[in-house]
Amino acid sequence: MKRLFTHLISFALLCGLGGGATFGQARGGETLIRNATILTITRGRLENADLLVRNGKIAAIGPNLRAGTNARVIDATGKFILPGIIDAHSHSMMDGSVNECTQSVTSMTRVQDILNPTAINLYRELAGGVTSLLLLHGSCNAIGGQSSTVKIKYGRPVEEFIFPGAPPGIKFALGENPKRTNFNVPGLQRRYPATRMGVEEVIREAFTRARDYRAAWADYREQSRTNKNLIPPRRDITLEPLVEILEGKRYVHSHCYRADEILMLINLADEFGFKVRTFQHVLEGYKVATEIARHGAGASTFADFWGYKIEAYDAIPYNAAIMTRKGVVVSINSDSDERARRLNIDAAKMMKYGGLSEEEALKLITWNPAWQLGIQERVGSIEVGKDADFAIWNAHPLSVYARVDMTFIDGDVFFDREADLARRPQLEQERKTLEQAEANRPPARGEGATPPRPPSAIRRAYTHDDDVHYEEDNQR
Amino acid sequence: MKTLKNVAVRTCALAACLALVAALPLGFSPVASAQDIVSPMQLETSAPGTYVIRNARIVTVSGQEIENGTLVISDGKIASVGAGGSAPAGATEIDARGLFVYPGMIDAGTNMALVEIESGAPGTVDTAELGDMNPNAMAWVAVNPHSAHLDVTRVAGVTNAVSLPQGGLISGQAALINLSGTSQRELAVVPTIALVINFPTLGGGGGGFFAQQQQGITPDAVTARERRVEEMRRMLRDAEAYGRAQDAFARDPKSVPRPVSDLKLAALVPYARGERPVVFRAERERDIRAALNFAQEMKLKPVVLGGSEAWKAISLLKERNVPVILDGTLNLPLREDDPYDSLYENAAKLQRAGVRFAISTGDSGAHVRDLPFHAGMAAAYGLPRAEALKAVTLYPAQIMGVADRLGSIEVGKIANVVVTDGDLLEARTNVRHLFIAGRQIPLVSRHTMLYDQFKDRK
Repeated sequence: MKRLFTHLISFALLCGLGGGATFGQARGGETLIRNATILTITRGRLENADLLVRNGKIAAIGPNLRAGTNARVIDATGKFILPGIIDAHSHSMMDGSVNECTQSVTSMTRVQDILNPTAINLYRELAGGVTSLLLLHGSCNAIGGQSSTVKIKYGRPVEEFIFPGAPPGIKFALGENPKRTNFNVPGLQRRYPATRMGVEEVIREAFTRARDYRAAWADYREQSRTNKNLIPPRRDITLEPLVEILEGKRYVHSHCYRADEILMLINLADEFGFKVRTFQHVLEGYKVATEIARHGAGASTFADFWGYKIEAYDAIPYNAAIMTRKGVVVSINSDSDERARRLNIDAAKMMKYGGLSEEEALKLITWNPAWQLGIQERVGSIEVGKDADFAIWNAHPLSVYARVDMTFIDGDVFFDREADLARRPQLEQERKTLEQAEANRPPARGEGATPPRPPSAIRRAYTHDDDVHYEEDNQR
Repeated sequence: MKTLKNVAVRTCALAACLALVAALPLGFSPVASAQDIVSPMQLETSAPGTYVIRNARIVTVSGQEIENGTLVISDGKIASVGAGGSAPAGATEIDARGLFVYPGMIDAGTNMALVEIESGAPGTVDTAELGDMNPNAMAWVAVNPHSAHLDVTRVAGVTNAVSLPQGGLISGQAALINLSGTSQRELAVVPTIALVINFPTLGGGGGGFFAQQQQGITPDAVTARERRVEEMRRMLRDAEAYGRAQDAFARDPKSVPRPVSDLKLAALVPYARGERPVVFRAERERDIRAALNFAQEMKLKPVVLGGSEAWKAISLLKERNVPVILDGTLNLPLREDDPYDSLYENAAKLQRAGVRFAISTGDSGAHVRDLPFHAGMAAAYGLPRAEALKAVTLYPAQIMGVADRLGSIEVGKIANVVVTDGDLLEARTNVRHLFIAGRQIPLVSRHTMLYDQFKDRK
């Protein structure tokens, strides 16, 4: 009993450790940030400007603003304000496996059912100036599950993470992963498809069924007006999301690498009359940028990640620049809880590789991903009336020497470096106390030795990318 | 703000190369005409030229920065560096007004050119041999001089890498390579520069990915580690004895019996004698301490590679004067409750305490070009900028014992020189000229070629 109690304490403390829990508690009110350099994204760069936040929104931007007497005032002299970074490809806070690999069409599965609001990497991402994420399933299936768009309201209940009004989305995947190229285990039965031909066929077949399903419902609605005894079609929760795609109500975010498979999906989408909202990874997008632009899709890519598998061998760091020049709305994503913390540096690289301007580079991690997620009216730039989602940086965020001082979401502070530093001695002390607890002592040897420690309750977080094959579910 | 585009940069470089090729007789052709120039890459295979870089801000790293400095490169070496100076006859002039001169960066913890495509192409992977004890496996034998990773990395300003074998317990011997050359001999600056040992972790077999997992310290795990360490201990002692036997035989071949040759033991001799560094891969505090104690007991010359928890073993590292190659600056913290910046500021903590260190990407090859950003992140979290620069230039050279040849802009050192339009560690900075072993290297790579092929596609 005593040990159980100690574990409960450990668990409670672990949930709170990392420093984030308390920052998210204060709500509402006014904050005035003075004398910053504001990188608005849509309206250029403002020097020595103030930013007034009220009720979670940006209330005013300009010189010498005034706030109410109760407002929190922050002097940001010499500092930079950048809109909260939006990561258009994340698996953070997805608890357990990100893949349901048993079928090739798993559109019935939902990211929103497996959200873990206490995942510590969320806090680490806040410390990198990130405020919103597109949470996608892995790339195991040609048609994967339903995505979630969230704000990183670390320390708050999970319901508050859901981005209000964000359009629903779904993950598709093409190429090596859905055909299970690098994941065949001898003796295990293989899953259809095994080729890029099969991937196309799986998607075509699913949309054909969805079209029939939609027609069956349309027929039913039409005929049931006159025939009240008609039996409705059987609900199919696999096809319902696909019908939403056909009706333009759900965004398709498709994992892809090679140019040919990108064109394949464009052709298929054109044939069935839907749009691909983003191509994800899209490492050979530069080879077919014109076609992507013509289709109207966005592209969410890595800055310079390449060569880790065959279909990533033609990846080049000029990808974002070429696609941008051809009129594609491009974002730089992480697909990694680690890399998400330094998307600012990834954006800066795009000035070197292909010569994007400073503003174009910053757009890759702010306004452009906001557009790709359909939340650009709310976030992605510093404009009056928009959500107060931004970070204060101690230097220009495109510098490798820059660090985040504070991160705000809806006007509330979710990361504060000073507060984080101030709490460390206390947390260190708590840790020591816990380590000395009987249940946490290392076992002794021999007769009467303390038993081994119980397995850690901490689930191993996903730390890496799309295709790291030793992850427990093999694939993302 | 930089407005220069890489296109322009490359064109400049190409123009300079063409001018040079036209001006200088190549080794195989007394008079080079435009028809001889098939590709600017030919320069890489030509004899090292003589170059004068003028009006540059020279960041020597080892000494004071020089404003409006002049650097002369000749016979593959840095011939002179200073505030002015006359040009040797026949030298190619490079006006570097507004530009910066740096020593090339060195990444001391890679598998550079031992692997091309990690997943799906096992034929291109030559990083880990079978078996536990492979001291005679030598990376320099298998580094691929034609790997695309070399040119992609060097055009970003990284001119050298230590390429390490991995796997097993004693993985093999690492090579220090120039990222330019057409044969292994040409690549290798020091073919066998260090022995690599995956120090056995508690509860796990060796280093690498599985060492990162949470492992309980059970009595069984302790016993298992001791067994592994004992295997190494025995082998190193055998190597010492083998070395003595060989020496004795060499001194007196008539009366001393000829020792039976043993390639593994022979490979170990210089390391067992503490003549060359032994790189211990160790991340956690307990493993770092155990590796250091083992090295002291065996009188080895240890270097810690990894060192995610080096900040917890600072006093021991300082006391034993053991350097650390940090390759996890951009990794996620090891424990859930570690401070969010515990690895970002690992380097700063070592530096403040006076522990010798270098920063590495720890990458297999493709992303070694990110080296400056690893150092930059350390600088964002407390490492002085000048130290961050040293951590990817002079310090790795010192730790690997090649500071007489690499790591700074000093007369007599190998001319591995990078000319940039800004701070070497900044992501937006462009490399404008590149020299490796005194050859001007075209700023062309697999990536620029694909860029050129597709950027104007309609």
